[in-house]
Amino acid sequence: MRTRTIRLAAVTAAALVAASACGGRGEDGATTAGDGTCQGQQTTGITDDAVKLGGIYPLSGPTSAYGEIPKGVKAYFDYLNAEKGGVNGRKIEYIVRDDGYQPPKSVEEARRLNEQDNVFALFQTLGTPTSSAVMEYANQRQVPQVFVSSGASKWGADPVKHPWTIGWQPSYLSEGRIYGQYLERERPSAKVAILYQNDDYGKDLRTGFVEEIAGSGVTVVAEQTYEATDPSVDPQMRNLAGSGADVFLNITTPKFGSQALAADAANTAWNPLHIINNVASSNTVLKPVGFDKVQNIVSAAFLKDPSDPQWADDPEMALYEAKMAQYAPGLDTKNAFYSLGWASAGAMEKALAAMQCPTREGLMAAVRGLSDVRSDLLLPGVTMNTGPQDGYPIETLQLQRFQGERWNLFGEPIDTRKAG
Amino acid sequence: MADFIQQLVEGLGAGAIYASLALALVLIYRFTGIVNFAQGEMAMFATFIAWQLVQAGVPFWLALGATLAIAFGGGMLIERVVIRPVEGAPELALVIVTLGLFILVNAAAGWIWSFLIKDFPSPFPGGALDAGGVHLSYSTLGVLGVVAVVMGLLYILFRYTKIGLAMRAVASNPASARLLGIRVSGVLALGWGLAALVGAVSGVLVAPVLFLEPTMMGGVLIYAFAAATLGGFDSPVGAVVGGLVVGIAETLAGAYVGVIGSDLKIGVPLAVIIGVLLFRPQGLFGRAAVERA
Repeated sequence: MRTRTIRLAAVTAAALVAASACGGRGEDGATTAGDGTCQGQQTTGITDDAVKLGGIYPLSGPTSAYGEIPKGVKAYFDYLNAEKGGVNGRKIEYIVRDDGYQPPKSVEEARRLNEQDNVFALFQTLGTPTSSAVMEYANQRQVPQVFVSSGASKWGADPVKHPWTIGWQPSYLSEGRIYGQYLERERPSAKVAILYQNDDYGKDLRTGFVEEIAGSGVTVVAEQTYEATDPSVDPQMRNLAGSGADVFLNITTPKFGSQALAADAANTAWNPLHIINNVASSNTVLKPVGFDKVQNIVSAAFLKDPSDPQWADDPEMALYEAKMAQYAPGLDTKNAFYSLGWASAGAMEKALAAMQCPTREGLMAAVRGLSDVRSDLLLPGVTMNTGPQDGYPIETLQLQRFQGERWNLFGEPIDTRKAG
Repeated sequence: MADFIQQLVEGLGAGAIYASLALALVLIYRFTGIVNFAQGEMAMFATFIAWQLVQAGVPFWLALGATLAIAFGGGMLIERVVIRPVEGAPELALVIVTLGLFILVNAAAGWIWSFLIKDFPSPFPGGALDAGGVHLSYSTLGVLGVVAVVMGLLYILFRYTKIGLAMRAVASNPASARLLGIRVSGVLALGWGLAALVGAVSGVLVAPVLFLEPTMMGGVLIYAFAAATLGGFDSPVGAVVGGLVVGIAETLAGAYVGVIGSDLKIGVPLAVIIGVLLFRPQGLFGRAAVERA
């Protein structure tokens, strides 16, 4: 017994010595750069001819519709590797993991990606609760968590506490501000009824809107919340209809978005201007309700919609269509999840190309130093801008109105940083 | 006043939906003595079958008839394949099996039809009845009507038929029932089949309102349990009254009780379940189980 303990201790000690003797190679197989200005920075997952990225998405479970996004990402990276030789000569290896939208699994997958697959960075993690869980791990272990696919404001809120995490798409706060500005301009005395999901996402968007209209003639006359577990939002819609509001701000996820649109259409006595948030603005939400019932509703967008015929001759869209057909055959390119994946992968390419040091630190410096950077499929006038204190790459949106069978953009792209 | 009545009507509409699923819960409880957590998911799955048939061009009513037949057969099949092996096991085992069924059916529906929402055609006309500022949609009326008919049929089945008697015998004492010459397994299979059929009716009724997707019945199931607990798990009349009471209580509490609002609405049925279990465990219309010492 005693000898076994001693032997065990000896083996452990030997292993420790061996590990430290490797030099430049610390725990988790992490490596560091040896010379120049990049000295001492982490070079895990990146070499002169390859870079390894890991993404975590719900490929299974109730939110598995989002699992289509990485297929667009993969197609873009495959195209990049095959036709452009990767980024700065580095081929991109992209590993996708399934968390089923369950935060504990997200952390587990992040751990596997970092400690077993030795990825350079996490690109992307999808969802607010899931990415929040990963954020703690990523910042403890100093792993870049880049371009989180969620509109929560927390990804960019505190670059000091969470220097290793950054979002991408416009935050829900920005989106709320856009709708507020629109009403201040077009309906200065609007009376607004709000329906929102009772969680971080719904509250963020509502807060952006309410802060924007504070002190203006636009007032909120009624508010209702719902839980994601509620069977229906019909009772809430009934209460809002009784408020006499002339604008209805619909802050809901797809299923409840359809329900609220249908309830609004069924109630012929109440005909407010219907503003629906970007999350529930896709055709997959509107079509079940019936296009004839959702005419002239208003929403906001920052990406070109592949189902919108006005981009049919757009070179970026043409490239997307052609390369998707080549590298991800059989997928319906009109599905906005694929174009979202494609667009965010394009943004990742820009970030990788902008790195001064080919290190994890270098990547974070690059994504925090974006200045008027365009990437494919962003709407004209929408660019990525960040700074040491600005962790929100995209804060420009454009309003759109649903007419016929598609969204029509109107007005100018609005930068929520400048206005308000 | 018109607003209050309108809220009542909304509550009735919601309550009718809960009642429709509660009827299926009551039915399977009467037949087999267990509560089936997968009832809502089976209803959802049947509704998807109806949707698929309609998509394939089958006329609505024919699709509905076919769906009910498939649901009936599917329910019997589930009993035969999944439940029979654990027949006679402690109730806990059966509950766990139905929970497993819940997850399995939900995942299967997601795998086959994806989690994107689908629109389901309503069997009722779209308009609404307007009287004195109160707005009563035909679909709410239709749901209430169908629920009333199903309730009536179940009442007759339980009260006046030999099958009703046999299933009560099976539920209360399978061994004695078998000795009396009742085919226990046949009765159990029939119970699962009928409950699946009634559940399918419920799914088809709610799908036009809630939009069809695999998690459609998840929220409804909680309220249906509250309804069945309130009314008494063995009484179809109780299930319907319970459903309507829960629907109205929830809607009125959400609209008029400031502290509750729509945030805590979900708490109302849970409070109902706890209250009933404390003060009248057999439910308003249920019969207390009497056991010989």
